[in-house]
Amino acid sequence: MAIPTLDETQFINKFGPHLNYEPPGGWQDQKPDKLVKTHCCFCGVQCGIQLKVKDNKVVGFEPWEEFPVNHGMLCPKGVKRYLQNEHPDRLLSPLIRDNNGFRPATWDEALNCTVHAIQRIQERYGRDAFAVLGGASMTNEKAYLLGKFARVALRTANIDYNGRLCMVSAGAANKMALGIDRAANPWSDIPLAKAIILSGTNLGECFPILTDYVWRARDNGAKIIVIDPRITPIARTADLFLPVKPGRDSALANGILHVMIERGWIDEGFIGCHTEGFDQVRELIGKYSPEFTEAITGVPAASIVRAAEIWGPAETSMLLHARGVEHQVKGVENCLSYINLVLASGRIGKPGCGYGTITGQGNGQGGREHGQRCNQLPGARDIENPEHRRFIADFWRVQEPDLPHTGLTACEIFNAIESGKIKGLLSISFNPLVSIPDANRTRAALEQLEFYGCIDFFLSESGRYADVVLAGSLQEEDEGTVTTGEGRCVRLRQSVSPPGDARLDWQIIADLATRLGAHDYFSYGTAEDIFLELSAATKGGIADYSGMTYSKIENNMGVFWPCPSPDHPGTPRLFEDGRFMHDDGRARFHACEYRPPAEDVDSEYPIFFTSGRVVSQYLSGNQTRRIGALVDQYPEPLCEMHPILAARVGVTQGDQVRVKTRRGEIVVPVQIVKTIRPDTVFVPYHWPGKKSANLLTNRALDPISKIPEYKVCACRVERA
Amino acid sequence: MIDYEFFIDQSRCIGCQACVQACMECDTHRGRSMIHLEVIDRPVSTQTGPVVCMHCEDPVCAQVCPADAIKQTEDGIVHSSMKSRCIGCSNCVLACPFGVPRYVASIDQMMKCDMCFDRTSIGKKPMCATVCPSQALYFGPPAEIERIRRERPVNEFRFSQQVVKTKVNVMAGPETNVMDFDVLTFMSGGDDPMNDLIHLSVWTDHRV
Repeated sequence: MAIPTLDETQFINKFGPHLNYEPPGGWQDQKPDKLVKTHCCFCGVQCGIQLKVKDNKVVGFEPWEEFPVNHGMLCPKGVKRYLQNEHPDRLLSPLIRDNNGFRPATWDEALNCTVHAIQRIQERYGRDAFAVLGGASMTNEKAYLLGKFARVALRTANIDYNGRLCMVSAGAANKMALGIDRAANPWSDIPLAKAIILSGTNLGECFPILTDYVWRARDNGAKIIVIDPRITPIARTADLFLPVKPGRDSALANGILHVMIERGWIDEGFIGCHTEGFDQVRELIGKYSPEFTEAITGVPAASIVRAAEIWGPAETSMLLHARGVEHQVKGVENCLSYINLVLASGRIGKPGCGYGTITGQGNGQGGREHGQRCNQLPGARDIENPEHRRFIADFWRVQEPDLPHTGLTACEIFNAIESGKIKGLLSISFNPLVSIPDANRTRAALEQLEFYGCIDFFLSESGRYADVVLAGSLQEEDEGTVTTGEGRCVRLRQSVSPPGDARLDWQIIADLATRLGAHDYFSYGTAEDIFLELSAATKGGIADYSGMTYSKIENNMGVFWPCPSPDHPGTPRLFEDGRFMHDDGRARFHACEYRPPAEDVDSEYPIFFTSGRVVSQYLSGNQTRRIGALVDQYPEPLCEMHPILAARVGVTQGDQVRVKTRRGEIVVPVQIVKTIRPDTVFVPYHWPGKKSANLLTNRALDPISKIPEYKVCACRVERA
Repeated sequence: MIDYEFFIDQSRCIGCQACVQACMECDTHRGRSMIHLEVIDRPVSTQTGPVVCMHCEDPVCAQVCPADAIKQTEDGIVHSSMKSRCIGCSNCVLACPFGVPRYVASIDQMMKCDMCFDRTSIGKKPMCATVCPSQALYFGPPAEIERIRRERPVNEFRFSQQVVKTKVNVMAGPETNVMDFDVLTFMSGGDDPMNDLIHLSVWTDHRV
């Protein structure tokens, strides 16, 4: 039973979050020993940044204006990211749980303890009773290694990653429609578009530097359409704002396509030559008149027509979406319905014409390609495809039948812990207690584990439940690569070495593998050795990195996959030859009838609850809740509420409000704003404990991608 | 970089505070930000506006300083108060039409944006304009901004009788040559019944 032996205050006193405000050595002008050109450790944009290093400490940053994606631009998280280094909360040695929280341990003891637990659990309950959870903040190298570790060293099917909570519905939809899970265009196509649809993306707060790309499009005469239940910063000055009711996105896309078809704003030539399935869509769309669509979505019929008028006849266009449409039980259907708008227009595969999901996590793209997903092998290969299995089994020098098949997804792993099927867990760069919906159940599941091993650099709220904590590495402490939201593989540089007894993550994984008897498969001297192996493993796969090397990536400031040979320049824009990645080269339309969210509003719970992010915090906050200036910017979760609803509830600005769903309740201050639908409340999710938005959210899963429905459930609100 | 100018376009601002956070990080600022991000009226809108020193041609802050502590250099940059002279009276704070200078009690001195003198003097762009993710803050040649933006730069401001010309430009509509500020009108704007009409037309489906 993994029950913490300290209370929350004691944990905070010992392990934080404490607030770091100043660089090591204070604010005096410090001449750095070196400036290291690397990337931000946060979102999928992966802005280039130079870290100032002095005496093996990161003491500040300097913009990197030559990097072609952000040209020196950074958001507040990027500006302050260096303060995670030399942080008082940093884990400096392995820890083993005792009656007083944790005690420091030697690596030998901690690794042996972990290996013994793995062996005991797998012998007693079967190999699949031990699960592994990875993270999409990790480098390609680590993502590859973790997948191989699970399949070869542990031989468990149950490995998945926190990208499952991010954009897997978009990935699944992309594969179904286009045959490939990658943004179709580089971001440099955004300013060339004359019409832009941004659906369910709080772009200004979650991918701040992409704002400049959108505004440059507007400078060039583009019309911007923003679809969201809230007037987010990017929506404020949009040409058209569609205030969609939470959980209604597929209907809205169908409604826009209805008008496009009716007005003849579709590219019949493209549809005929390059796609399949349009007839079924045309038939389904017939009933989605603007009035019918308004009744479902809450978006005025006239605005739906206006959206079609902007999008339909545009000369060039980009459609981008993110978590708003993806975090739903019909996430795949929402994305497919938006892809229909792109395919019907015929505007894809050309400059300024295309589509993409804006991946959320730092390595959201690469993190899902190299084998830490329960259904994938390196190179974005399918774990159930006999040819793919054989290739990887041969490559790894294991027997194909020994390679596990599809395992459980992230939320399903927690369900299986609840039901007793999974008894042991190893996690890295994942804070499930804050990030998985229905946190009361997550907490109970963690308590039920017979063994929980946690690799991390700070003790996360989940880590408090661990039996063994293995002190790993921060992004700036290791070499490696990540693949950004536009499919560009970029190079991360080691700026400093891990402090104290902390070790590089990949060395910890390789050490565990060695102690499990799999040394021959895990003998690497450097991160680059792992990269060379992973790039060879992707050869012939969809996500083909085999033509990349560290020096090529550095010299080109990133290389877009597929890059199948050393002389190949990489592929910034997909589908330029009009061929999609299905065997017949044709894209697929999918007719998706609207269906309501798993939990809709009713008389008992009459208000929509939706969650999301703020610009100054990142994911579960394990890094950003420790950086003083970022915490000061938005110190605690607020419940955004329209004044009409506030008047009904009887609260005024700053009052505490209780938000309650069928799963839990939180009490937070209300922020009364006219920028949210009057039938909806919003709380950002970066915080743990009693103010955690994920105490409220619904762990209902999309049937195809198994992404949970963070973005809509039913709640009631009352004055607290 | 001698011909580079500073341009502010409030309509691009997303309120992220990258400018505020980055300003603190400048070597000479030592953790203190010299830029203000104004949240205009959050209950109504997400509109925000970054405020840097406008570097007036004839700076009012310097005119009203009884200690002659605020100096303008030849390049038109109006500097923070000189430590040896500043008496901490806050005349400049009250007089500045743009609300820029701040009195810092801990050092008993007025501090303000100096357009990153330490960076621009060695060929770098000011920190805030370098990092700004929406390029609401832009530093570059005037010809370039004319080429890439629809709006046009304005550097003349009228506050009732007072006309102020500045080194820093604000991007405005194509017909605007001078920006007129009638402070009283702005102050009464919060109660504008149109605000509600505008918002209710967005949330048509407002029955809850």
